[in-house]
Amino acid sequence: MPHLHDEKIKELEEKANQARQLLIEELVEAGSGHTAGPLGMADVFTAFYFHILNHDPKNPEWEERDRLILSNGHICPIRYVLMAMSGYFPVEELKTLRKFGSRLQGHPEREKLPGVETTSGPLGSGLGQSCGIAYGARMDGKKFRTYCFMSDGEHDAGNIWESALFAGKNKLSNLTGLIDRNNIQIDGMTENIMPLEPLKEKYEAFGWHVLEINGHNFEEITDAVEQAKSIYEKPTVIISHNIPGKGISEIEFDYLWHGKPPKPEEGKKFLEELRTLGGKIQSEHQ
Amino acid sequence: MNNSTAKLIENILDKEKMEMKPTRDGYGLGLVEAGEKDERVVVLCADLTESTRSLGFAEKFPERFIELGVAEQNMATVAAGLANYGKIPFVSSYAVFSPGRNNEQIRTTISLNNLPVKIGGMHAGISVGPDGATHQALEDVALMRVQPNMVVLVPCDSVEAQKATFAAAFNGKPTYLRFGREKSPVFTTKETPFEIGKALVLRDPSTGSGRLPDAAIVGCGILLYNALVAAEELSKEGIECSVINSHTIKPLDEKTIIEAAKKCGAVVSVEEHQIAGGLGSAIAECLARNYPVPQEFIGVHDRFGESGNPDELIEHFGMGISSIKEAVKKAISRKTPR
Repeated sequence: MPHLHDEKIKELEEKANQARQLLIEELVEAGSGHTAGPLGMADVFTAFYFHILNHDPKNPEWEERDRLILSNGHICPIRYVLMAMSGYFPVEELKTLRKFGSRLQGHPEREKLPGVETTSGPLGSGLGQSCGIAYGARMDGKKFRTYCFMSDGEHDAGNIWESALFAGKNKLSNLTGLIDRNNIQIDGMTENIMPLEPLKEKYEAFGWHVLEINGHNFEEITDAVEQAKSIYEKPTVIISHNIPGKGISEIEFDYLWHGKPPKPEEGKKFLEELRTLGGKIQSEHQ
Repeated sequence: MNNSTAKLIENILDKEKMEMKPTRDGYGLGLVEAGEKDERVVVLCADLTESTRSLGFAEKFPERFIELGVAEQNMATVAAGLANYGKIPFVSSYAVFSPGRNNEQIRTTISLNNLPVKIGGMHAGISVGPDGATHQALEDVALMRVQPNMVVLVPCDSVEAQKATFAAAFNGKPTYLRFGREKSPVFTTKETPFEIGKALVLRDPSTGSGRLPDAAIVGCGILLYNALVAAEELSKEGIECSVINSHTIKPLDEKTIIEAAKKCGAVVSVEEHQIAGGLGSAIAECLARNYPVPQEFIGVHDRFGESGNPDELIEHFGMGISSIKEAVKKAISRKTPR
């Protein structure tokens, strides 16, 4: 992974903006699905698909590929967008999200769509699967890395902590976790529903190296991933502080947008905000 | 009377000379055999290495043995990851915990992912004995057979258990294997045929005599021995039964079971499991669609188990030899005169 330079950062920012637009269109068309989480993780996904991952969209089963496991499967619409943008399947196919016969299931399915790596949705089981992949790869001396994206809310689940213990015990340094720390879950704010803090100290106590980043800063995202590669004695988890709904001012931080899609008229308004960068550009769309 | 192609031991009624071993012993031997054949085989265990008989594998292949502590949910998901990567993982625990406690993890990360994880559930059935209801898995087969992609195997003795374990390693599918804790008769031999999905006729009264049997007993697991003894005793009373080993509950060998129903006109299912959702249910589902005949169910009737000696529990819960004989007579009595 080459070091980020200004031009690359600008390119990633443009890609992320484009991804958010495709996401809004995808969700409006689907008529159901999640909005806040996917918007919040748009920058992280863009950094991974267009800069960090060692992958081949035309050969999703390539043995040496980095594995990106999405544990909180409900934010899959943004993964689908980045997969389409990087060439796994035609962008047009995004319009089939959640529809009968589609490869883009409401929650991602490994058997349906090559490249999603695992079936997920029921929370808490992605880290364990990532541990299994990383453990098996290390047995065989494989060099690829395994990344596991998790939500903060799913850290209520015991399975996550069982897996965190396992990764710490086995010093799975080829595994990097990334927590979408946006502080919301379906019923409200995470610290009201079931407090997770101090999250950093919890992971450290479980034997992990912990990094905290602003998940909307491409330099911080890539630097953290690079640093994780240099930690040989421990697995690393990146607590990515993200703004739910990021990019659409009126829904940012609003947990009520966790699990609903924009209505068509809302979608139009949101797209306008994205296309004009919040009114900074007087474009032809206005 | 016993089917010669089944190659059972010489005298199944000679209790004195009968070798007694728990089916979990066969699991342990099968793991080592599979591990020797293929380096992809790995074994995971949740703090029950000796009692799940995973110890032999752990000692022989320490680098391929993974200890997870008391964490069956994690064990299922780690195994799914290992299989996703390309390993052939066996997860060993007690059936009440795996596939009991970790059922959703198995559903999402193993069955729906369609990954070749092998789930070894020990201490299944009432014959667990003194440990009591908490540790007597009576619903594990039901949990597993309703999951698409999952293969379900219930071997009848330690010899068959070893064959089933070895075969499961290489079937390429999610697979549940059920084993018992207590010593039970070893009545099959190395020469007894075993093929996943193919039921085996152990006893066929029509061989030689040409007389059609009065009923078919279709069973799985350690109670098949009781079924064979019951059939022998019934024969002395003039009632002839065929006995079929349906070690594969899913995919069920429908052809063999339909043939038996046509030939015998009455069926008794025998299993150490709740009658809801187990082998008996699978048979009833098959025959209702294809060739309905009277069926009686030997198994646990919607109750939890309790502490006791295995033999007395099997008697008390209506799965002993006398109960099987009664069930056969009842099934025959319900036949419509043809």
